[in-house]
Amino acid sequence: MEWLKRNQVAAGSIVVLLVAAFIFHAVNENVATSMFKGAWFFAVPLVLGALTGVVGERSGVVNIGIEGQMLVAAFAAFFSAAASGSLVVGILVGMAAGIVMGAFLALTTVKGLMDQIIAGVVINIVATGLTSFFYRPGKVLSSNMPQWDIPLLSQIPLIGDVFFQTGPIALFALLSVPVVHFALFRTRWGLRTRSIGEYPSAADTAGIDVIRMRLVNVTIGGIFAGAAGAFLSMEATAGFERGMTAGRGFLALAILIFGGWRPLRVFAAALFFGFTNALASQLQGVINIPQQFITLLPYLLTLVVLAVAAGRVRAPGAVGQPFVKGEGS
Amino acid sequence: MSQPTATVQHEAQQEAERLLDIAGLSKSFGTVRANRDISLHVRRGEIVALLGENGAGKSTLVKQIFGLVKPDGGTITIKGDASPVKDPRDAIRRGIGMVHQHFQLVPVMTVAENMVLGHETTSRGVLDIEGARKLVRELSAKHGLKVDPDAEVEDLPVGTQQRVEILKALSRRVDLLILDEPTAVLTPQETDELLSVMKELAAGGTSIVFITHKLREVLAAADRVYVLRQGAVVGEVATADTDARGLATMMVGRDVVLRVDKDEATPGDEVLSIKDLVVLDDRNLRAVDGFSLDVRAGEIVGVAGVEGNGQRELVEAIAGMRPPQSGRIDLLGKDITKANPHDTHVAGVGHIPEDRERHGLVASYSLADNLVLNRFSEKPFANGFVRDFDEVRKNAESLFQEFDIRAAGVTAMAGSLSGGNKQKVVVAREMSFGPKLLMAAQPTRGVDVGSIEFIHRRIVAARDEGAAVLLVSAELDEVLSLADRIAVIHGGKVVAEMPGSDADRTEIGRLMAGDH
Repeated sequence: MEWLKRNQVAAGSIVVLLVAAFIFHAVNENVATSMFKGAWFFAVPLVLGALTGVVGERSGVVNIGIEGQMLVAAFAAFFSAAASGSLVVGILVGMAAGIVMGAFLALTTVKGLMDQIIAGVVINIVATGLTSFFYRPGKVLSSNMPQWDIPLLSQIPLIGDVFFQTGPIALFALLSVPVVHFALFRTRWGLRTRSIGEYPSAADTAGIDVIRMRLVNVTIGGIFAGAAGAFLSMEATAGFERGMTAGRGFLALAILIFGGWRPLRVFAAALFFGFTNALASQLQGVINIPQQFITLLPYLLTLVVLAVAAGRVRAPGAVGQPFVKGEGS
Repeated sequence: MSQPTATVQHEAQQEAERLLDIAGLSKSFGTVRANRDISLHVRRGEIVALLGENGAGKSTLVKQIFGLVKPDGGTITIKGDASPVKDPRDAIRRGIGMVHQHFQLVPVMTVAENMVLGHETTSRGVLDIEGARKLVRELSAKHGLKVDPDAEVEDLPVGTQQRVEILKALSRRVDLLILDEPTAVLTPQETDELLSVMKELAAGGTSIVFITHKLREVLAAADRVYVLRQGAVVGEVATADTDARGLATMMVGRDVVLRVDKDEATPGDEVLSIKDLVVLDDRNLRAVDGFSLDVRAGEIVGVAGVEGNGQRELVEAIAGMRPPQSGRIDLLGKDITKANPHDTHVAGVGHIPEDRERHGLVASYSLADNLVLNRFSEKPFANGFVRDFDEVRKNAESLFQEFDIRAAGVTAMAGSLSGGNKQKVVVAREMSFGPKLLMAAQPTRGVDVGSIEFIHRRIVAARDEGAAVLLVSAELDEVLSLADRIAVIHGGKVVAEMPGSDADRTEIGRLMAGDH
């Protein structure tokens, strides 16, 4: 109950979304199911990317390199899966690639005190360059990603179809949201993480190793962006294209802000984005507008949402500021 | 404090109970020697004051005890253990607690969360927040310091935040509690309360080291005092054997005039008139709420009050930096209620802002440019669109002389100066154009004693030349020694006005705290 009180917005929007979905579902079952499946499909990499952002920025490190992290991970996942013939290897390598990129961000900004924005830009440029340079066309995966029907849960009308007839990475995303949320607000790790992102000198004087904790968090947090990359090149489609993330890393960043750095709100925000996108695709046949405008919609929405949200949400207090011991107060 | 005979009897035993022993401690930052060869000790249950001017090295010293700064040389022995203090965690483990000058609390977290940060208890991985709340309630009851465990720290007044800080330190079984300028933000009443809490803790066996530059507090609370000057201990004395004058002389290294010498004021015509002024703060609350005050030529009116009672917004409104909601401000009969900062300057207001770094200086400009910031486009510093650099330089050179500004030269960057010299630059600029009203907000904050004396004398000189002076200061002693008339501000309005000559410190303190 207390949980509900503190997460009114997220809970409220999920409820509204559900009610709308069920009404819609009752009217036209097939269209509704495919729309919401499409919405979640679109939202998965955004949720995952934003979780990388949550972990990093709650620790005080801005991450605008999510896009690059995803792209490298998509590349690494696909080609390692194609070469090894194993989907599991692909997913693990993708996650590992996200972690390696996270480690790069952590080392340059937390240890090296590089400007966090510049480090993020570097990641994005390096990612584009590397993946384009090493890209080889013509590779295929030996098998498609499995689709799992989760027992019982997949029987729930609509929700079961959307969330529980799923591939492994989408399921990972779904489970990661409550796990990260709980960890952030209910565990010792979470309390400490929030303290180093809000007021690192207070954490320092309380005996917490701010530098080490930031290094670890930013590095490990890369696992989600890595999973997002693997999702794009292995689960959403089976193949890697140059620049295939197509700004999803930045959308994830927008969702991170819109979601107020809270995993549950981030999840709701991502679904909202996904739903808008799916709605637009549905409208394609109905209203006569060029397809380009429809693909533009999520990005336009980002602009609007950020303009509205920017003044109302509050970023972690020390985000973007390097921590140097002894200069605390 | 205690019986002299008892002291002698226990001397040997107390010697053995030295909780903290520092020998030959040195620390430099670049070319600045913050601490040189400092030796001191603290016994169990003793209150020791570290007294010194700003920049004397007090904070650096205690930061080394707490493991925040690594010494260059020397030893710190805690309870007989001379191994170096590695970090705050190590210090805490060895029984050192510290309440920092800038509170080390996470503003968006609750009191309970702050209390356990760094030594949380968990059950099966989940944070035991109920236990944390219980801990707060217990500590709070035990030490008689009231706090609400569920309040978010950023919503609490500073006095309460400090209580949280103290409880936080006590929650870890401290033997030695370090307090870095604990009274800087407190009302006189809160200060007295804190001093009695300190005494109770000491009576219970906790040793206390506290930093201050207020002589009154040293005499009221400490058993012993170390005086620091330019990074070195220049004296150690039992408070029973000294007085304010003696301490001040040790602190500055020469006799200081604690009271400013000034003649009786001869107030002339009304210069500034404020009527029913209402000004909103950044959160849109009525910070100044029906404030009325007149200041006449040739008098210093001091506004005394605890910080956060609307002083900042009042000053900003007069200076034209913050438009008032309602009310009226007149300068020499001219309405300046809606004037912008340039207009108010032209009308004759000299403004020494509270925050000199943000509003007083441009750190990356030269001193010469900073000295004409308010007049760079006026004659003789400019002809039409073209600036006259010779005049700017001449102006700077003469002000350097007159205001004793010590810098590498007039082209040096303002940001490179010490606090005292920066303030002299601001004072020089705002006084040199012959203001009708001189408005000085916290004019000696973060300034060394030598410069304080100088700035005080210049403020009196401006008065004697016929300027009206509005002095806003959180330092009650400053208001008491300078003002010809004192207005006490509380909750954004004047709650009492009295002549400076027969003002009573306790009475003003009571009024400042809202007891009227």
